[in-house]
Amino acid sequence: MKILTGNDLVTGDVIWWAGDGWSRQVGDSVDVGEQGDDLARTEEAALRVVGAYVIDATLTDEGVRPAHIKDRIRALGPTVRPDLNLKPNDADAGNWVI
Amino acid sequence: MVEFLSFRDGEAAQEPAVTVESFTGQSNSTAVRIEAGEDARELLPHLDRLSLVEVNFPAFGDGRGYSAARILREAGYQGELRAVGDVLVDQIVAMRRCGFDSFHPSKALDDAAVERALTRYADVYQKSVDGRAPVWAKRHPEKIHG
Amino acid sequence: MYRYDSYDQSIVDARVEEFRDQVQRRLAGALTEDQFKPLRLMNGLYLQLHAYMLRVAIPYGTLSARQLRKLGEIAAKYDKGYGHFTTRQNLQYNWIKLADAPEILAELASVEMHAIQTSGNCIRNISSDQYAGVSADEVADPRPWAELLRQWSSFHPEFTYLPRKFKIAVIASDDDRAAMRLHDIGLKLVARDGLIGAEVYAGGGMGRTPMVAPLIRDFVPEEEIVSYLEACLRVYNRYGRRDNKYKARIKILVHELGVEEYKRQVEEEFAQMRDLGLNPPTEELDRIRAFFAAPDYETGLPEEIDRSDPAFALWVDRQVAAHKAPGYAIVNISLKPLTGIPGDASAEQMALVADLAERYSLNEIRVTHAQNLVLPHVRKADLHAIWQQLEEAGLAEANLDLITDIIACPGLDYCALANARSIPLAQKIAQRFADNERQAELGELKLKISGCINACGHHHAGHIGILGVDRKGVENFQLLLGGSGAEDASLGQITGPGFSEDGVVDAIEKVTDIYLAQRAQGERFLDTYRRIGMKPFKEAIYG
Repeated sequence: MKILTGNDLVTGDVIWWAGDGWSRQVGDSVDVGEQGDDLARTEEAALRVVGAYVIDATLTDEGVRPAHIKDRIRALGPTVRPDLNLKPNDADAGNWVI
Repeated sequence: MVEFLSFRDGEAAQEPAVTVESFTGQSNSTAVRIEAGEDARELLPHLDRLSLVEVNFPAFGDGRGYSAARILREAGYQGELRAVGDVLVDQIVAMRRCGFDSFHPSKALDDAAVERALTRYADVYQKSVDGRAPVWAKRHPEKIHG
Repeated sequence: MYRYDSYDQSIVDARVEEFRDQVQRRLAGALTEDQFKPLRLMNGLYLQLHAYMLRVAIPYGTLSARQLRKLGEIAAKYDKGYGHFTTRQNLQYNWIKLADAPEILAELASVEMHAIQTSGNCIRNISSDQYAGVSADEVADPRPWAELLRQWSSFHPEFTYLPRKFKIAVIASDDDRAAMRLHDIGLKLVARDGLIGAEVYAGGGMGRTPMVAPLIRDFVPEEEIVSYLEACLRVYNRYGRRDNKYKARIKILVHELGVEEYKRQVEEEFAQMRDLGLNPPTEELDRIRAFFAAPDYETGLPEEIDRSDPAFALWVDRQVAAHKAPGYAIVNISLKPLTGIPGDASAEQMALVADLAERYSLNEIRVTHAQNLVLPHVRKADLHAIWQQLEEAGLAEANLDLITDIIACPGLDYCALANARSIPLAQKIAQRFADNERQAELGELKLKISGCINACGHHHAGHIGILGVDRKGVENFQLLLGGSGAEDASLGQITGPGFSEDGVVDAIEKVTDIYLAQRAQGERFLDTYRRIGMKPFKEAIYG
């Protein structure tokens, strides 16, 4: 699947296109098909996102998994600060990015 | 919005600028255009017959034109020095400091923003060719003026 | 320390207001990201992997207690409670909101700090020796020249859109603690016939094409340093490559022209510039120098240190360096706890070090390019009290210049450019070599990790260097041996095929075993490598 990600213009947070808006959780991502670039332009013009780009991902038993490690780290947060990532109560969360 | 901006007294030069190559060849033109990467020093033997030098900025991040401008002013060029091409409002201050006194950007500038930019910094740290006294000169007036 | 006068303050204040205006225009949609990006970068604001990142300049690595306290306050108030000290003696915040950035700059300005030119293709923060002013072997304190150059380079009208970024270091000792020859321009102050001037090195750097800067002039009188640098920069600005950003640094120009031809062009330009009145008068250097005058050190202080506590004695042996004044010492504070993140400091740690500086170090702190902190003026009698407080805060690691004192860039945990994670690898290596005796046995061993070819982690200059690469989407690590960023500068050589994260830790262990087996009396790892060459190490690793 193709999913759309970027950063919130104001807060800088990593965000994912969830179909009707943006989510902090990669698991909320929807397949944007061929619409990603158009969506990115519209959403950037509306000042809701900055640096939006389309990536490949797969739907796994654990949810949406970006194809590249860089985007998996973006999705989780820094692996060396589990206290600050999006799954602070999951000690093994870092393994998901590998 | 302004398409052309001049800080000179009197009218801007109207003659179309020719290339450095044709200028230094046989031309009797009084206006020349320097492209990024061309050597401004080739013009130095001819400064007295020049009334306009255009310096082209193909992209705002290509800073070669700043050196070209300063070289001409350091050599005593008094005529119009015009920045053309990808010239943005946030660059006008530095360009003025390097000796540009007119601007013909490829996209029109917001004159209010230009005014704000030009008045924002009361002081400068370096001596350049714009006659502004750097901070170090103001700190040691006795040294500089007497 | 240097203090702003009304001119300095008004320039920095104007910058804050300018950026406030630019951010407002961006948030209102009047500026697109393409238009805004170069403006925010000129203020050190990046869009990083997870958020906006703000890089704050720490000119020549010198901080007052008040400034460090403010950096800690900003970390607590606007970030997630910590900051990262970089290999260019700066501080980065990782979690900045765009809307907060102008207010942060205003807070910085209130303590005479800024983020001007911490990014972009301009002259970056001037770096220097963390022992400036307190080591016995310097010809002069280099910081007045660094401050003079900070001012000269700030908003320089001609050199703000260079082909690529430009880094300058100034040192004044034979011992190079600032990786001077790995800068675009390195200045080493020297005395000649009773006059101070600079040896000038140009065209050094790391990145994908590492080079050690050659000497291009053996003496520029101090009063002409500014105009000489103008000449160096003008030649670069005019002729540095702009067709390929990977070939745009001055090192490529110097390399392609040849050192002699670059020198000739600089001298020609210098001949034109030296009479243009570009140099500040000597009174200006004197004015700046007065701020860096040696403090009134107390006299008659005791030299003895009570070494009865072995943990304290170990820390003293490792972290404390000789100070030029009797009864005083230089304290190195490790930001490399074995399970921590190299260069990170929490808001509380910054506040504590600020307090210690206020109480014990004449209000001063230094930041090192190896991502540690320094208290430069400490009475030996106070060492024990300082150590106790550092220990409570997790800052008393005794590993200066040892294998666990690892330089590491933020890597793929934080950086959008990275190909691999640097920090988890640094932690694994630190844990493997955690044993104090083992570290001491290995002696000085500078290990440096970069998560990509841009080399922010100085891997080319590591006695042992590691470069993270992306091999088909999997992190992979290349090993380098034999680099140095010190006065014996050299570039490391790649051992061969890369390794997994665990594989590279094993390889390092084999490399250190070869060193222990083959070293001659008194040899550091680097010395042994230089004597016996790559072959035995390679055989041990891949054999």
